[in-house]
Amino acid sequence: MTDPLPWLILLPLLWATGAFLLGPARGARLALAGTAVQLWLAFALAAKVSSAGTALHHPVGGWGAPLGIDLAADGLAALLLILTQFVALPLFLYARAYFAGKSPAFWPLAGFLLAGMNALFLSADLFNLYVTLELVGLAAVGLVAMGGGAQQLAAALRYLFATLVGSGLYLLGVALIYGVFGTVSITALTPLVTADAPPAVWFAAGLMLAGLMAKTALFPFHYWLPPAHGGAPAPVSALLSALVVKASFYLILRLWLHPFAPLTQVAAWLPALLGGAAILWGSWQAIRAERLKELVAWSTVAQLGYLFLIFPLLGADRLALHAGGMQVVAHGLAKAAMFAAVGVLIQVTGRDAVADVAGVAARLPVTLFAFGLAGITLMGLPPSGGFLAKWMLIDAALLRGRWDMVVVILAGGLLAAVYVFRVLRQAFLLPSSGERRRVERRPVATLEWTAFALAAASVLVGLRGMEILRLLEAGT
Amino acid sequence: MTANEALPLAVIASSLLPGLAIFALPERSVALRSALNLFGALAKLALVATLLAGVAAGEDYAFRYAVLPGIDLAFKADALALLFVTLSAVLWLFTTLYAIGYLENAPHRSRFFGFFSLCVTATMGIAMAANLFTFFIFYELLTLATFPLVVHRGTPQAMRGGTIYLAYTLLGGTLLLAGIVWLNALAGHAEFAHGGYLAAGDAPNWQMQVIFLLLIAGVGVKAAIVPLHGWLPQAMVAPAPVSALLHAVAVVKAGAFGIVRIVYEVYGIEFAQSLDLLAPLAVFAAVTIVWGSFRALFQDDLKKRLAFSTVSQVSYIVLGVALFGPLGTVGGLVHLVHQGIMKITLFFCAGNFAETLGIHKVSEMDGAGRRMPLTTLAFSIGALGMMGAPVTAGAVSKAWLADGAEAAGMDWAIWVLWTSSLLNAAYFLPILWRAWLRPAPAAWPEERIVARGRRETAWLLLLPPLVTAIMTLAAGMFAESPGSPLEWAKLIAAREYRVAH
Amino acid sequence: MTSGLIFACAGVVLFAMGTAGVVLLDHLLRRILAFNLMGSGAFLVLIGLAQRDGMPDPVPQAMVLTGIVVAVAATALALALARRLFALTGGYGLPQSEAKDGND
Repeated sequence: MTDPLPWLILLPLLWATGAFLLGPARGARLALAGTAVQLWLAFALAAKVSSAGTALHHPVGGWGAPLGIDLAADGLAALLLILTQFVALPLFLYARAYFAGKSPAFWPLAGFLLAGMNALFLSADLFNLYVTLELVGLAAVGLVAMGGGAQQLAAALRYLFATLVGSGLYLLGVALIYGVFGTVSITALTPLVTADAPPAVWFAAGLMLAGLMAKTALFPFHYWLPPAHGGAPAPVSALLSALVVKASFYLILRLWLHPFAPLTQVAAWLPALLGGAAILWGSWQAIRAERLKELVAWSTVAQLGYLFLIFPLLGADRLALHAGGMQVVAHGLAKAAMFAAVGVLIQVTGRDAVADVAGVAARLPVTLFAFGLAGITLMGLPPSGGFLAKWMLIDAALLRGRWDMVVVILAGGLLAAVYVFRVLRQAFLLPSSGERRRVERRPVATLEWTAFALAAASVLVGLRGMEILRLLEAGT
Repeated sequence: MTANEALPLAVIASSLLPGLAIFALPERSVALRSALNLFGALAKLALVATLLAGVAAGEDYAFRYAVLPGIDLAFKADALALLFVTLSAVLWLFTTLYAIGYLENAPHRSRFFGFFSLCVTATMGIAMAANLFTFFIFYELLTLATFPLVVHRGTPQAMRGGTIYLAYTLLGGTLLLAGIVWLNALAGHAEFAHGGYLAAGDAPNWQMQVIFLLLIAGVGVKAAIVPLHGWLPQAMVAPAPVSALLHAVAVVKAGAFGIVRIVYEVYGIEFAQSLDLLAPLAVFAAVTIVWGSFRALFQDDLKKRLAFSTVSQVSYIVLGVALFGPLGTVGGLVHLVHQGIMKITLFFCAGNFAETLGIHKVSEMDGAGRRMPLTTLAFSIGALGMMGAPVTAGAVSKAWLADGAEAAGMDWAIWVLWTSSLLNAAYFLPILWRAWLRPAPAAWPEERIVARGRRETAWLLLLPPLVTAIMTLAAGMFAESPGSPLEWAKLIAAREYRVAH
Repeated sequence: MTSGLIFACAGVVLFAMGTAGVVLLDHLLRRILAFNLMGSGAFLVLIGLAQRDGMPDPVPQAMVLTGIVVAVAATALALALARRLFALTGGYGLPQSEAKDGND
């Protein structure tokens, strides 16, 4: 078998180019076939990493570090690769039915986005990571702008500036690191960075992490996310909320764990504090949101907050790391499902308003189930992946006596219940007679069932917790 | 997987799989849906019978699946679990029959029966959960599965009831989760064990007490212990079969059963006593018993009166648990079953009155006994049972509870039981008097099902309350014969205390 | 102070100016220019610090080349979006209406 690492990057580039040349109809088929192969490759890679127990390397074109580019995959990378392809595949099916051949820009941009993400997960040096970050950011901005309306363009531009500032900060950090150590390879840097490193290194670490937090929409850098994710077409929102923000989070985690571990101890409380604020503020805004997509987008702000709670809890028992990995997976699946379900609701009712879903329980049971199951994951109710993540997070917080965090986690779950049930409740309400007469479009089965499949996966992934944790352990 | 591992799973699957299949059925395939429901219910009964025979013979039924390192999804069909499982399985069958009759021609039946089956599945999981982690999973599943049933009618009123229900139960679930994870962090992850798995020295006493408070508050919401009972009267907006299920089997019993497990098999009765936890619990139970009965006196809405009666009656179970001594334990456990049979009878009958004649209020009950003698007879048996009249199941529970209170030296508890019985009589007897002795009005509020020949209402509505009323009498009359709920409760108590002493 | 360090310090100053511009300015074209200033600052730091021992280091040169390509692509995308927005709204400012997402 050939090495899966380069193919995970090359394949999406190939089908993206193909989709650009062949048009949306054939492009969609190409994209689906390509993504299916990528999914298989990602699983094969995970199996290899898991059995090897350490990271795998691949020198691109036979030229390894320091002169060439080295690709590397450990358990964490493999997990995110699987998640990315696993979420993208049903979403592409969804997108094909959603756009119905009308959106030529989607497939090439989605391909470049996936290529960028896969490359990001596989990169082993800081500069290469910068390039992939930009690739992901530019493709994502293009997807947000795809609708072409003034609002969407404005949201895209806001997003573009946020992501450019974020990666600019990161780049300056990389420059400083190279200036001090003369290398950007993560493996080479790990032994060099110590607690008595020169101030330039501290400054660089701060810049890089701050830039990445801006890109992950951590409170208070979240301002760009709700308009960008809430304004894009449903499949795009799903891709962005489920996957793209996880890319920069992955990078933060990676840097935090490896080269910067000696530096970050002192400030570990800061991301947790911001994460806690994100949970409360994001949930509160979701509770007040009037538009469905806005609600789901604010929920992303809140859910990302959980990811940042793990930093002060990272330790030898790895409970917090496991919680973070589980939350990334569970939220990725659930948020993709939720945006997909909301897309159906909007398409059928013709309006993007929480008030207008009254009575859909009777007409769109599958979609509503998808929304509900995704909601279970977001609330952290059993047996979903979100529940396991929350369980481990509370456990880790208790072991370190962090009562404040336990309270925030539990409160966040209740607030999530409020905004999820706001929608469900409305859906069970009998519509008034005037609303019942409004002409509605019939739902497309593919849209409903792909949303449902993603949602079911987000709940059932809780039963495969052991495998996910085992994969995370491999070489991370 | 051996047969002994597969059986608990099969019990859960026998309602889960039909439930999932029913969701997928179109609205109009009534026959197939009913067949699936009944098949599931009968299959479950057969499986439960196998389990009962096995457990009586000393077999172990357990299943384990690792979810996280050191944390298992674990099921165990022990004697205590089977007490609840059997009750749920039997009453599920009758409630299903009743619901098929009740919802004839109603909209959204696939959704209703789907969630109905999920609800029973959750109850089975709660009963057979072998550790707090598993218990919590099904406890929350129960919340989620009952919400669509409570708001089934889709009216703003139903929504309000549903929202209040959710607010209470989700908050309770959060407290429970906090308690479970905390306990897990202190004492490790352990399975329920006779006599409890905690011991002095696992952690400082105050922490054990706070955790106990969290756990009991978490399950106490569903058991409707005052002051956590506010949701129960609100949830009355649900259709009658749902109320029957909520009150007799699923929700409140899940709470009460949780308290039993926590006191006996997590803390252990002796350890709980040494931490001074049982006396306050008994006080809360006593307050609930009296307060629920007292509030019931002033409800004109029939279902609301029954709801407050449930608040009161479920705490008999809690009181029995909190009385330190095997006699109280037997009384509490047997009441878990007896209250279920009696209360489901009452709710079935209330549903019959409402569906057949449009009677929703106590003040409209005049003369109902002449128009619907069989339903009223069943109602009377249930009501007399609740009061603790001789020969009924209620008398057995109350007798054992009173003995338990005496043995534990808590004479005030006997007074609580007496007061409650008097109050029970005060709010049930006027109903019986109106139904049997007052003349019928010229026209019923809303007569929907016209009597044909000797039948007073649809036979699917009539049969279930009659059967459960007969069971109420049988459980009272044959309490001492083998296989009765009382004998089974004695078996459980013997196992709990054999280890404790 | 070596020439490399001077370059690096100038780069940091440029970067700070550029960042302030992207964040604070209203006019889209100015913001895009400010972003380019930011990028140039970062490249200057990279080149300046890499001049160790008087010998030029080829690796940062390659990095800067790559970075320039990325910056050009980003600028092109930003300009395309800005032009489209101008065609739709007739202005080079971002419409404020999204602000309600967070505040109303």
